[in-house]
Amino acid sequence: MSENKKLSAAELPAGDIVEAGTAQDFHTGSWRSNKPVWNKDKCIHCLACWISCPDSSIKIAPDEKKTTVVTGIDYDFCKGCGICAKECPVKIQAITMEVEKK
Amino acid sequence: MIKTVYSKGKIVAKTGNEVMAEAMRQIEPDVVAAYPITPATEIVQIFSQFVADGIVKSEYVAVESEHSAMSATIAASAAGARAMTGTSSQGLSLMWEMLYIASGLRLPIVMAEVNRAISAPINIHGDQSDTMGARDAGWIQIYSENSQEAYDNMIQATKIAEKAKLPALVTTDGFIISHCMEVVETYPDADVKAFIGEYKPERYLLDVKKPYTLGSIDLQDYYFEHRYQLAQAMRDSQQIILDVAKDFEKTFGRKYDMYEKYKMDDAEIAIVVIGSTAGTAKTVVDDLREKGVKAGLLKIRVYRPFPAEMIAKDLAKVKAVAVMDRADSCSGTFAPVYSDVAAALYAAGITSPKVVNYVYGLGGREINTEHIAEVYETLGKIASGAEKPSAKVEYINVRIK
Amino acid sequence: MSAKMIEVRWHGRGGQGAKTAALLFAEAVLATGKYIQAFPEYGPERMGAPVQSFNRVSEDPITVHSGVTNPDFVVILDPTLIESVAVTEGVGKDGKIIVNTSFSAQEISNQLGIDASQVYVVNASQIAKETIGKDYPNTPLLGALVKVIGNLDINGVLEDTKGKLAVKFRHKPEVIEGNLSSIKRAYDEVKSHG
Repeated sequence: MSENKKLSAAELPAGDIVEAGTAQDFHTGSWRSNKPVWNKDKCIHCLACWISCPDSSIKIAPDEKKTTVVTGIDYDFCKGCGICAKECPVKIQAITMEVEKK
Repeated sequence: MIKTVYSKGKIVAKTGNEVMAEAMRQIEPDVVAAYPITPATEIVQIFSQFVADGIVKSEYVAVESEHSAMSATIAASAAGARAMTGTSSQGLSLMWEMLYIASGLRLPIVMAEVNRAISAPINIHGDQSDTMGARDAGWIQIYSENSQEAYDNMIQATKIAEKAKLPALVTTDGFIISHCMEVVETYPDADVKAFIGEYKPERYLLDVKKPYTLGSIDLQDYYFEHRYQLAQAMRDSQQIILDVAKDFEKTFGRKYDMYEKYKMDDAEIAIVVIGSTAGTAKTVVDDLREKGVKAGLLKIRVYRPFPAEMIAKDLAKVKAVAVMDRADSCSGTFAPVYSDVAAALYAAGITSPKVVNYVYGLGGREINTEHIAEVYETLGKIASGAEKPSAKVEYINVRIK
Repeated sequence: MSAKMIEVRWHGRGGQGAKTAALLFAEAVLATGKYIQAFPEYGPERMGAPVQSFNRVSEDPITVHSGVTNPDFVVILDPTLIESVAVTEGVGKDGKIIVNTSFSAQEISNQLGIDASQVYVVNASQIAKETIGKDYPNTPLLGALVKVIGNLDINGVLEDTKGKLAVKFRHKPEVIEGNLSSIKRAYDEVKSHG
């Protein structure tokens, strides 16, 4: 649990201003009960998962040919909704959902 | 088993919202026009379900905003219907223009209101900023400590509004009461209906035999007289509220007044507070009494009309009083309830109690027994002369520095 | 606060029924003749996010309306919360924690860092799957909580729950039976380290 010190009225900027980027520190991945598991060998890098992910949790990067490819799943922010697994082409099934450890 | 106060009463577990909707079902107004808003949503959601299921004969108007909700309620009331609505916070704010029209036209509308903080910053939790802002809108304001009071107040408000020809709002503290399931005693439908009686307006727009104009322009020649009538109606409504409370007690057995005095008879230090925090404070008073401290509590139930003379009399012998406001006025001086209490004492020529002001619980900020115990501790010091009373608003449980 | 008052805190994830559990528990305990409160900790509703709900139970009318900070009993619907939420916060040395888990009380007490005598375990998810047919741990945990609290009448609780479910599921009697037997089983199966 992040136990950040709460600011006082004297320390806060006036008028409900919050600096950008705070969502980076809020790891919503802890809400997950099912997790997507990505199989690198099966993936054809169609990016259907990437475009469908509501939490921008499909990690991508250019490969040596400067083609954008999937590189993994960002478990800090993935809430385990399963859309990626659903959108992965039926014949490929490079993403499968597994139960988080209990 | 838990015993009922009323011989035909029934013990149920309900949230504040559920019980307000239940009162509305039993009152069965002709028209309800409302727009849902957190944390009051359930009240009109449950009621609209009663309408959809044919449980009540009421007409439900699903409007597109709170401004329209109040407008439609005003129209229905003016037409001769028993009309109700429900809202909270920003919803009440959006009704603003129409609130004054409801009272100015002397329409006995009843509103189920759930107290919630006002934006910005956006916050859905309980404080009384919303209705405190509407304190001069010409509406009778009745606050509830718990679900039982919310239920009883809704029933009484219907009768009060119609006798006083003033709109009335009944509140609960957002989430703290609106979403808290508690033990409530409800009464049979027929008995509630018999208590409120049939609504028979003296004049109404749909009375084709006696046509009239409502809401005409009033300039320098008449406006002032009409506004005087309104202010006087608010003053006169105190006796109506007390009479209805007496009737209610005779019928259902529960005693109500303009405010509740809790262990005030010999109190040397006392807190004045509104709403659910009064319940929490009662446990602190009990603890202090066990230790021999003469602590008391004055819980305001009816804030508009403000029972100034009565309160002044009851606080006259108290040495130190803390008025706790769950709203700040941003006036540069004191919060609303303090201003009214201080004015009441001054007008009555009572200057001996030392009176201090605390603002607490904004945006649902926790207020617990320890916070309240600290207030009483300070009052004890003020009463004994060990501490000078603060001349400005003090804040509870907020990070200032 | 009155010595006779019991305070309960429920930990779950949005959608798991922590709020419903508190409401069901309150209604059932009211049916046994006690005063009750049930209220959720409110924030924006988010599926999977940690949520809490609370109960108070007393022989006398309850007037206090502040939050519950020192619960006598904590019920954990989702064991993954043990890692991410301070579930033992405010729990005194007489406090008891009931966890929906397949692990033993000793293993859970090691994880929580509190004395094993304070920990009770029940595999509520397993019971729910076997009796209700789905992973609804909240209903069986009612039975476990009633058992651990000790002075509540389980038959009164079952009777009231049966009445409530009978109205809600009048066309699906098997749902009613499943829920009731889940409460009974958790009541019987909840255990401490002994």
